[in-house]
Amino acid sequence: MDDRITLRLARYRPEEEAEPTFEEYEVPCRKDWVVLDGLNYIKDQLDGTLSFRWSCRMGICGSCGMTVNGEPKLTCETFLTDYAPGPVRIEPLQNFPVIRDLIVEMTDFMQKLTTIKPWIVRDEERPLAEGEYRQTPDEMSEYMQYSMCINCMLCYAACPVYSLDPKFIGPAAIALAQRYNLDSRDEGSGERLDILSQHEGIWACTFVGECTEVCPKDVDPAGAIQRYKLDAALTSLKSFLLPWGAR
Amino acid sequence: MSERPTYTPFHPRWYRPPVSTWWWLKRPSSRAFILRELSSIFVAWFVVFFLLLVAAVGRGEAAYQEFLRWATNPGSVLINLVSLLFVVFHAVTWFNLAPRAMVVHIRGKRVPGKLIAASNYGAWVVTSILVAWIILAGSR
Ligand code: SF4
Ligand code: FES
Repeated sequence: MDDRITLRLARYRPEEEAEPTFEEYEVPCRKDWVVLDGLNYIKDQLDGTLSFRWSCRMGICGSCGMTVNGEPKLTCETFLTDYAPGPVRIEPLQNFPVIRDLIVEMTDFMQKLTTIKPWIVRDEERPLAEGEYRQTPDEMSEYMQYSMCINCMLCYAACPVYSLDPKFIGPAAIALAQRYNLDSRDEGSGERLDILSQHEGIWACTFVGECTEVCPKDVDPAGAIQRYKLDAALTSLKSFLLPWGAR
Repeated sequence: MSERPTYTPFHPRWYRPPVSTWWWLKRPSSRAFILRELSSIFVAWFVVFFLLLVAAVGRGEAAYQEFLRWATNPGSVLINLVSLLFVVFHAVTWFNLAPRAMVVHIRGKRVPGKLIAASNYGAWVVTSILVAWIILAGSR
């Protein structure tokens, strides 16, 4: 087990340099090692100054997204052996400003996420004494797929619309809006539509489909957006034809 | 829209990678995306072509013959041929999109995407046959 592989890392040290540079490190290429293991090896053994985010190592926390050989990937799910003999190019996620090395600034995404109210909205909250809001397994399966999102932002990194127009609210936020719209306990779809039917909302999407390709959780944000467009079009058609009965 | 929190001394020095003009050449999917965006020009051209035809018919026999002469010269035919290719490309990507946008339930079961796409293609074929029949029957 002597195989080794070279990682070509984008480094950015804002206190020293004006733009990123590449540095190469050689790490063991073990069968069970993912890119993140390689990075941790570098951090522990070769260069402690390397900065990157990670936590769960199992595709759940969504913090380890990076660009591996040009593709947005969760580095804890991307095996080094798939890139043998290397070298592997590792850069921060695209379409986000870089803070340092492999770490991007994600305030933009976090703020967009809150604008779509990703929680259950009720016109009137039921008193606690009346118990929980019940739901059947069928009702749950309506939104299950969209609820799998781990906010890893790979879909934003892959989206050409977001790269050209950073105001675009983006794939995951829209998929999450759908997740709550389709929830039988939720009554907030009208409020969400007001936000998402703006220019930077669903209509900015031109259905490139890249977000769905890169999503590690099969959320299919592209599908969610197209579905949303259809719903929005029908809603406005209805309110046009039957102005008194809208929503 | 991002605000700039100032919790490290180096925040003003975020690096924003420039986007190259040719970004869309890098991946096949983005090339297809740009082609589809481009196809809208040709769709618009067909509309203009059709309006010109209607206008010519409206102006009487002579104008119509004049239009036909113009429409059958090699240049126009070439443009229309290219446009046809783009419009077909546009239509096919549109129909493939349909199952992603339409979630239909019949008796509590979700209709599979293939079926939705197939029914869209079916409607397309039927409409095309109908139009062809009207035109061909009319020209006899
Ligand atoms: S939709 Fe997929 S790619 Fe986008 S943030 Fe959620 S899990 Fe990540
Ligand atoms: S470390 Fe948590 S998703 Fe990769």
